Amino acid sequence: MSKTDLAQKTRTVWSLLFAAWILVTIATLGSLFFSEVMGIPVCELCWYQRVAMYPLVIILALGLFPYDPGVVRYAAALASVGWLIALYQVLLVIGIIPESAQPCVQGIPCSETHISLLGFLNIPTFSFLTFTLIGILLFYTHKMESS
Amino acid sequence: MNQKTIFIAVTGILLLAFFMATMIYRNHQSSVHDGATSQNQAIVERQGAATKGPADARVTIVEFLDPACGTCRDFLPYVKQLISQYPGKVRVMVRYAPLHPGSDQVVKMLEAAHQQGKFWPALEILFNNQDRWIVNHNSQPMRALNILNSLDIDQEKLAADMSRPEIAQIIQQDVQDGQALNVRATPEFFVNGRPLPSFGIAQLNQLVEEAVNKAY
Repeated sequence: MSKTDLAQKTRTVWSLLFAAWILVTIATLGSLFFSEVMGIPVCELCWYQRVAMYPLVIILALGLFPYDPGVVRYAAALASVGWLIALYQVLLVIGIIPESAQPCVQGIPCSETHISLLGFLNIPTFSFLTFTLIGILLFYTHKMESS
Repeated sequence: MNQKTIFIAVTGILLLAFFMATMIYRNHQSSVHDGATSQNQAIVERQGAATKGPADARVTIVEFLDPACGTCRDFLPYVKQLISQYPGKVRVMVRYAPLHPGSDQVVKMLEAAHQQGKFWPALEILFNNQDRWIVNHNSQPMRALNILNSLDIDQEKLAADMSRPEIAQIIQQDVQDGQALNVRATPEFFVNGRPLPSFGIAQLNQLVEEAVNKAY
């Protein structure tokens, strides 16, 4: 591979990571908007997803400057945890996991949703889609980097 | 453009979008609040709820509270002060928002004490002894009952009233209205139907001052 090809590839991979960073930053600001500005109560499962989401803003930014493909390893670990919790909550909302099995505090049931767009886009689905997209972006970053 | 410039620009755009959205939302909310006030009025107050201050006062502060809530305890002196600050013009009505686990039983005791005309002493003794009946944010109804029994109160009647369906219905009504009014945290105040624009003692003082000026 020529030197210019290599530089081109690095740029593309960097852009993928950058896209992932934009995604997690929008998700972070969005979740803060829902809870701090709109005053929507935050259920326990949402907090766990935040624990996985918020650090990605910092970690991915550190991996961008200077560019460090090793960041994928750390980011993927966090994203996987977040993805699993988001999946669990989505199943809870749909009702596949029964209400009685949920671990939430009284007063803020995790199966209750507040925002609804097009009938299925609520906050847990947003979270699930975001974690899925981050996973895809990280996967392609890793794949291109190791090829 | 180099990568750093793009990064900083995107950061700036995202933050700006966040603050703009916040401002737009807040503006929108305050106009919605004003419109909702007249609708609120019908469910904000409940006939028979415990009140303090003159019955013919034209300004009513409705407070949704949980006896297990520490901030509600801290706010009580300020709320009482508002009554004395505007003599004859302001009264307070208390409604129940039992948000802590176990509090649903404790508010039943409060309502039972209210039936004996002992609401305020009961509320104050519960507030002043919160550390004795709340464990890890969980209300312990039996402990609360012991504390209430130290008042000059008909203990048997209190225990009997607590389990009456009428009392449960009153609590149910408060919880329902609280949900309809978006009461998600305690204390929540409504001054003549208007909610606080944001939480704080200064905001409460201002809202009461505005209502008094308007009504008198």
